[in-house]
Amino acid sequence: MIPAQFDYVLAGSVDEAVAALGEHGDDAKVMAGGQSLIPLLRLRLSYPEVVVDVGKIEEMRGVRDDGDAIVIGAMTTHHDVMRHALVKEHAGLIAEATSTVADPAVRHRGTFGGALSHADPAGDLPAVAAALQAEFVIAGSGGRRTVPASEFFLDYLQTALEPAEVLVEIRVPKHTGWGYRYEKFHRVAQSWAIVGVAAVVRRDNGSIAEARVGLTNMGATPIRASAVEQALAGAALDGVGAAAEHAAEGTSPASDLNGKADYRQHLARVLTRRAVTAAAGG
Amino acid sequence: MTATETEPQAAGRQASVGQPLRRKEDARLVTGKTNWTDNIVLPGMLHMAVLRSPMAHARITRVDVSAALERPGVVAAYSGADLGDKNVGALCVWPVTDDMVMPPHLALAVDKVRYVGDAVAVVIAGNRYEAADALEAIEVDYEPLPPVLDMRAALEDGSTAVHEDPGTNKCYTWKFGNGDYEAAKAKADRIITRHYVNQRLIPMAMEPRAVVAAPTGPDGEVTLWSATQIPHIVRVLMALTTGIPENKIRVIAPDVGGGFGSKLQFYREEILAVQIANMLGRPLKWTESRSENAQVTHHGRDQLQEIELAVTNEGKILGLRVDLLANMGAYLHIITPGTPLLGAFMYNAIYKMEALDFTCTGVFTNTTPTDAYRGAGRPEATFAIERIMDDLAAELGVDPLVLRERNWITHDEFPYTSIAGLEYDSGNYEAATARAKEMFDYDGLRREQQQRRESGDPVQLGIGVSTFTEMCGLAPSRILSSLKYVAGGWEHATVRVLPTGVVEVVTGTSPHGQGHATAWSQIAADALGVDPDAVTVIHGDTASSPYGMDTYGSRSLVVGGMAVVAAAERVVDKAKVIAAHMLEADPDDLEFKDGAFGVKGSPGSSKTIQEVAFAAFTAHDLPDGVEPTLQANSTIDPATFSYPHGTHLCAVEVDTETGMTKIRKYVCVDDIGNVVNPMIVEGQVHGGLAQGIAQALYEEAVYDDEGNLVTGSLVDYLVPAAPDLPSFDTDRTVTPSTTNALGVKGVGEAGCIASTPAVVNAVVDAVRQFGVQDVRMACTPERVWRAIQEAKAGGGGAADGGDRAAEGTVAYGGAQTDSTAGGASA
Repeated sequence: MIPAQFDYVLAGSVDEAVAALGEHGDDAKVMAGGQSLIPLLRLRLSYPEVVVDVGKIEEMRGVRDDGDAIVIGAMTTHHDVMRHALVKEHAGLIAEATSTVADPAVRHRGTFGGALSHADPAGDLPAVAAALQAEFVIAGSGGRRTVPASEFFLDYLQTALEPAEVLVEIRVPKHTGWGYRYEKFHRVAQSWAIVGVAAVVRRDNGSIAEARVGLTNMGATPIRASAVEQALAGAALDGVGAAAEHAAEGTSPASDLNGKADYRQHLARVLTRRAVTAAAGG
Repeated sequence: MTATETEPQAAGRQASVGQPLRRKEDARLVTGKTNWTDNIVLPGMLHMAVLRSPMAHARITRVDVSAALERPGVVAAYSGADLGDKNVGALCVWPVTDDMVMPPHLALAVDKVRYVGDAVAVVIAGNRYEAADALEAIEVDYEPLPPVLDMRAALEDGSTAVHEDPGTNKCYTWKFGNGDYEAAKAKADRIITRHYVNQRLIPMAMEPRAVVAAPTGPDGEVTLWSATQIPHIVRVLMALTTGIPENKIRVIAPDVGGGFGSKLQFYREEILAVQIANMLGRPLKWTESRSENAQVTHHGRDQLQEIELAVTNEGKILGLRVDLLANMGAYLHIITPGTPLLGAFMYNAIYKMEALDFTCTGVFTNTTPTDAYRGAGRPEATFAIERIMDDLAAELGVDPLVLRERNWITHDEFPYTSIAGLEYDSGNYEAATARAKEMFDYDGLRREQQQRRESGDPVQLGIGVSTFTEMCGLAPSRILSSLKYVAGGWEHATVRVLPTGVVEVVTGTSPHGQGHATAWSQIAADALGVDPDAVTVIHGDTASSPYGMDTYGSRSLVVGGMAVVAAAERVVDKAKVIAAHMLEADPDDLEFKDGAFGVKGSPGSSKTIQEVAFAAFTAHDLPDGVEPTLQANSTIDPATFSYPHGTHLCAVEVDTETGMTKIRKYVCVDDIGNVVNPMIVEGQVHGGLAQGIAQALYEEAVYDDEGNLVTGSLVDYLVPAAPDLPSFDTDRTVTPSTTNALGVKGVGEAGCIASTPAVVNAVVDAVRQFGVQDVRMACTPERVWRAIQEAKAGGGGAADGGDRAAEGTVAYGGAQTDSTAGGASA
C-alpha cells in the first residue's frame, strides 16, 4: 500500500516542533524514527495532514549522567541506547530489552522516545520504563513538565502527551548493581512480544530486598505486577515461585491470534518466575 | 560451502558439472540493479490500481466510477460492466473430471464478489499515488450474503452457494485406486485412522507480483512484462482469453524474485493490464502491494485429510485409504483442482502395500483461490502418510524407523512399480536412513529423551522422522493427457556456438531464483568443451525463446536441462561433420575431447569447436548438404518422472511450561541422483527446509468468521528468518536416476516436502507421553500448551491444541484422532 498525501515539516529544534504542532493541532502527527508511523500511513490506517519529523533534532539525542539518574534523549536510536555505557551500567534492563526490539534495521532507525510515545501494549520498552520508574520530560507551548511512568501510559496507543506536545527526554533513576532480566516471549525473532516481563531486583544478604516487575502486553498499557513486588519484598530466592503466581492479578490481556487471555496470564506467571529468578541471580 | 576454481589440469579439461560454481546471476539479483518488472519505466506509462471487495460474499448492486474520474491525474476508471466484452475470464486448464464445476472467473467481478480482495473496479492514473487515492472515490453498493468458509458446512445440503450456477459448493469428486482396499482391511489386524488439517499457507515470494503492458507495434502487437514463472503459458492463455492473436503477443518474465508456485498462474491483473493498455494506447504498470500479495495472490495447501492404514500386528501395511476435502477457494485458477491430485500418487510414499483407495473432493468457499505452492499436493501427501506412520509406530510400540524399514521398498527391488502405478526408477532408502541416523546420533538422542522423561524435565525432547519420496520432472505429456490436463510437459532448448566462439543457450524454462543461468552454463560447457563463463543463458522472453513450458514442479533440470544436453549433442554432431571436412577425415574417425575434434590415433591435427563455428558462419567451405551456422534445437518430452527421496530427522525441545518448540537438531540426507551444482542444491535444500518448517511451526492463513484474512501482513503471518531456524546438517547419497542421461532427479521441492512431518512428528513425540496424539499446524506455543493441558485434563486423543486464536476464526471442528478399531487398542 501507499500513503495518502501529507505535508512534511522537518523540525530543527524542540521549539520548532512544538510550534508546528501548535499550528496544525489534531491534523498533525509527530514522526520520530518512523518505524510505527510509516506502516500506519502506508496501510492508510492514519491520515495526518502534516507529519512533523522530530527525528533530526540534535538536542533530543544522546544519553547523559544527571546525578542519581541517567537522561536519555527521546530521539536516541535503539541501536545507540543498547550500546551506551551509561545505559549498560545504570539501567542494564533497558539495554537488554532494547536488543530484542525487532531487527537491526529497525533498531538503527527506531528511537527510545518514539517507541514509548507510540505506547503499543506489545512494545517492549513501556514495561521496562514502568519497572524502572522512569520519568517523561514533555515539552509544550507552556514549557516543560515531567510525568512519571505510572501516569504516562493511559490506554491503547494513548499517553499523557497532548497533541501539541513532544516527549523530549526520559529520566531513568540509576539502578546500578541491580539484577535485571527482560523475558520476551515471541514466536520469531522479529515479532512482537506475546507477553514480556521486565524485572529488576536489588539483593541484600542473599535475599530480595526490593523488586519491580513490569508486564508487556497484559493489558492496554504496561502493568506493574504490584502483588508480585509486594510478595518479593524481603523474600528468599526460593520464594520467587510463589510470588510469581500473583503475576496475572489485575491484568486483562487481549485474546488474539497469538494467544487467548488465559494463556497470556499463564505465560505471565511462568515468565515472571523466570525473569525474577534470573534477575535475582538464582 | 565455497566456490572452487577449476584447476587447469594436464590431463585435460575438468568437468564443470558437479562443481560448486558461484551463481553468475546473484550479484545483480541481490543488489536489485537488474530487470525487476517494477523497475521498468516506459515513456507515457500509466499506473493501475485495483478496487477490491471488502466483503467475502455479496451481491454487487451498483458500481459507479464517475467520481474517481474527477480525481487528479485520473485517465480512466472501469467497472467490470464498463469493460464489456473486454472483461474476459482467467482460465483453469485442468478439468479433472468430466462433471467438474468450472464457474466463470472474470477479470473484474460483475454480479457478485466471492472473497475479500475480489477485484471490482480499476483506476488508471498518471502515477501510483493518484491511482490509489482515486480508488476511494469509487462507489460500490453491496448486498451482503452469508460467507461460506468451512468446507464441511459448505457441502451440507442447504448451504449458501459460492456460485449459484450450479448451486452446489462441490467442485468435483475424484477417485483413484488400485487393489482391493476392503479386502485388505478385512484381513488386517488393526486399522488406524487419523484426521489431519493441512492448513492454508500464503506463498509470500520476496518480490510481489508486477505487470507492465505496452502496445508496442502498429499492427496490434502488445508486450507484457510480468513477474511470472510461466511466460510461455501466459502467452497462450492470453491469446485464448483476449482473442489477440498469439503471434501479436510477446510475454517477458524479466528477473523474477521467487514464486514457489504463486507465479505459476495466469492472473486477472495480467489480463486487465493488456486489455486496458490496448484500449488507451499507452503503457500501463501495476505493482502489487504486500497486502494485496497476501490477500489475492493464490494461496496453497488447505486440505482436511482423512487417512487410514490397514496393518498387521507387526506393522506391515496392507492397505491405505485417503479421503480429502480440498479447498478450491472462490474460483478455479490455472491448476486449482489438479493441485491436490498431484499428491494422489504419493500417499503410498516409499512403502509397499496391496491396496490404495484415494478420494478427493474439491470445495468452493468464499476465500482466496488456492493453487500450486511449493510441492503442490506432494507435501500434503507426505505430511499425512509420514504423520500416521509415526502415530502407528507409537501405537505398536515400535521405533518409527524400524516400522518404515518393515514397509519400504528395498534398494534391490528397483525399478519398482508402486501401488499407485508409478515406476520408481531407483533409490536406496536404507543408505540414506543409515547415514541420517549416524549424523543425527539417533541412539544418543533417544537416550537423552528417556532421561528427560524420567526426570520430569520441564523441557522435553521429541524426535520426528520423515522418509519421503516425490515425483519430479513434470511431466510426461501422455500422463498429463490421461489426467485431463490440457497441455503437455515437454521442454525446449536451443544451443548456438556463435561466430566468435561464445555460446548461447536458449531455454524454455523460466528461472525465478533457481540459478539456471549458472547450471545450464555448466551443462552446456561440458557438452561443448568450453568454459562456463563463455556460455550465456537466454530465458523468459517469448520473442527470444519462443518454445517453453516454464518452471515449476522440480522440472527444470530433469526436463529442461536434458533439452540443453540433447541440443548440445546435436551441435557437436553437426560440428563433427564440418570438422571432418576441415581435417579431410572421415567423421567416424574423429573424437571430440576438451572442446576439439581430433583424428583418433593422430595427435596434432585438430579443430576446436570455435574454429568450426567460425567456418559454419563464413560458410565458405562447408561439406555438401550442411547448412550454415552452428546451432541445434531439442524438445524433450520426458518418458517418465524421477523420484528423489531422503530421510529427515528432527529433534525438538518443547518447553512444556510455555508450549514453545525449539528445533535442537535437523538432519537430512537427500538422494537427488547426480548433481550439477552442489552449492545450488544446498541452497535449494536449505530454503525448502525453512519453508517446510515454517508450515510446521509458524505459517498459517487464518480467516475470521466474516471471511476477512486476519493474517494479512507479515506481523501476523509469521515467516521465519535465519535467527529462527537451526543450523541444518545436510548430506546426500547418490543413486543416479535411470530415466535421464544426466542421472538427475530434481531438488526444488524436496526440503519443503520432507521437513513438515519431521518437525510435527517431533513435537508430538515430545508430548505424546502426556496423552497428546496430534498438534495442529502451525504448532504454535499456545496450541502445544493447550494440547498438553487438555490431555492432562483427560481430553485424550482429541487434544490437539485446537483452533488458532480468537473467537470467530474459522473452525475445522478439531482434528479427531479416531484411534484403532480392529485389533487391540494400544
